[in-house]
Amino acid sequence: MNGHHTGVEEHDATNAYQSLSQTTGHDDPRWAFGTGVEDVQAEITSPVPDGVDAEDLAAYCQMLGDDALIYSHRLCEWVSNAPELEEDVALANIALDLLGQARVLLARAGHAEGAGRDEEVLAYARTEAQFRNVGLAELGDELDFAHAIARLLVFSSWRLALLDRLLGSADPVIAAVAGKGVKELTYHRDYAARWTLRLGDGTDESHHRMQAALDTVWPYVEELFRSTDEEHRLVAAGVAADPAQTRAEFDAVLGEVLAKATLTRPDRQPIGTIAGRGGRQGLHTEKLGHVLAEMQSLARQHPGARW
Amino acid sequence: MTTADLEQGFEATIAAGQRVEPRDWMPEAYRKTLIRQIAQHAHSEIIGMQPEGNWILRAPSLRRKAILLAKVQDEAGHGMYLYAAAETLGVDREELTEKLIESKQKYSSIFNYPALSYADIGVIGWLVDGAAICNQVPLCRCSYGPYARAMIRICKEESFHQRQGFELLLAMVNGTGAQREMVQESVNRWWWPSLMMFGPPDGDSPNTAQSMAWGIKRHTNDELRQRFVDMTVPQAAALGIALPDPALAWNEERQAHDYSEPDWDEFKAVIAGAGPANAQRIAHRRRAHESGAWVREAAQAYAGKQAAGAAPGSNEVAA
Ligand SMILES: [Fe+2]
Ligand SMILES: [Fe+2]
Repeated sequence: MNGHHTGVEEHDATNAYQSLSQTTGHDDPRWAFGTGVEDVQAEITSPVPDGVDAEDLAAYCQMLGDDALIYSHRLCEWVSNAPELEEDVALANIALDLLGQARVLLARAGHAEGAGRDEEVLAYARTEAQFRNVGLAELGDELDFAHAIARLLVFSSWRLALLDRLLGSADPVIAAVAGKGVKELTYHRDYAARWTLRLGDGTDESHHRMQAALDTVWPYVEELFRSTDEEHRLVAAGVAADPAQTRAEFDAVLGEVLAKATLTRPDRQPIGTIAGRGGRQGLHTEKLGHVLAEMQSLARQHPGARW
Repeated sequence: MTTADLEQGFEATIAAGQRVEPRDWMPEAYRKTLIRQIAQHAHSEIIGMQPEGNWILRAPSLRRKAILLAKVQDEAGHGMYLYAAAETLGVDREELTEKLIESKQKYSSIFNYPALSYADIGVIGWLVDGAAICNQVPLCRCSYGPYARAMIRICKEESFHQRQGFELLLAMVNGTGAQREMVQESVNRWWWPSLMMFGPPDGDSPNTAQSMAWGIKRHTNDELRQRFVDMTVPQAAALGIALPDPALAWNEERQAHDYSEPDWDEFKAVIAGAGPANAQRIAHRRRAHESGAWVREAAQAYAGKQAAGAAPGSNEVAA
């Protein structure tokens, strides 16, 4: 037993309450904590590097930003629905990390574009065809935890390999996002890999569910490694990483995890393109329209309102 | 030692304002009261994720989305600390969750109200987390050590939530006419349920005296409710928002605000299960828990295999 004196905490918390009515600072950065945006805020407006096409840079930041934004949004569907409280916290954490990355990348896209659009406008006022995310990001998990893990294992292994190659990007904002993102994605991948082992090598039921989830996700893998014209040009300028170059690393990681988890690497046809166009070119699955309808609904009901 | 000696030791600990720790002897009724209260509190944190979770996918800006997501995540964390505190009293989370979804244990009645607009996100932070702070700050001095320590951690985060809620409302009342109306409409709906969060009037709260004698509770329901009203009135004025009680007025003599009684019949109905969202909240929690069963089983089976593999020759760990 101890006779700890805790009156200090009581006093502090009560004070915090009483000082509320004097609180007017809308922009206190602590209010947007957990997003990491503050760390790179200063760099968002840095000039487009020499020899880099601003339009390409804007498009590339949208690709990376939209992947994170839409993936994060889909993960948010898990809030209050996860199989255990620890998983609720972990999935929300991953969603927050990705949302933080999205905010910075879209802000950078807006700056590079130079048309006065900020990250909020880009997120809330674009239509489906203007989004450039890959199909994998927009798939819902339908509250199937195996699906969430399969999708996350694929997404995080790929994005980690990509961000790892962007650490030295000639664009300071992309390099900063990669610097923070590599640490975040390392955790995301580790989380997904640990659950892949548990589900793959857990019970018969979990093994079957995990294998089925991998099979469902697999058609969306190939798109991740398809490079766009913008990427080709930006690779030459030292800004982007060629996704095709991340395939070997991805295959090695997946091979190791799936083998340990007693799972089989799926053999499935990849989803096709239309006249060579896919997510990166604004051609999406049927899912994205529903995602945006929900995500943008309130913002669109109040055009011009600030929140 | 006889039971009388043990009881005497316990009473002395309480009288000296010291903390009871899990290894210490405690009367069975004290343990039961604590389990009931901590479990109810833990359930409230978890059920409380639902009304706010209802707006994450529609948050009107990325900044608000990040704030809301982080807040709801904090509430899951609060639930975890509290279930862990309850576990020190010999019950486990699974068992308590079963009791919740069987409606054998309660949670705060406030979460049986629906979150119908984005202003509700601000109002829940301001009033609901605010009322929770008033209720919980004294619990940082609760006689049971693990509960008191969990509350210290939780209260810090709750006051942060309250500031964020207030800040959202401030932005909204300074926004468009539609946003201002949304805030007023939301306050009109949440004011009375917030007052009910402190529980029935003192004359109608049979357990209060024993809980106060045990140092589990430090103030009566009406004392806390009064404190909440007195703190909230100037904040509503700062927002330019009216609190929906025509009788609300400063009483110079009492140095406190007079206010009307909430509708205690509504309170009783909600507690009894007939609130607007009781059925939905429990069904949601049940679905999440039950559809996660195969995942928890898999984790357990995998851990069993690992343990067996790590200790060659040992018997298979029972699943
Ligand atoms: Fe909480
Ligand atoms: Fe809270």
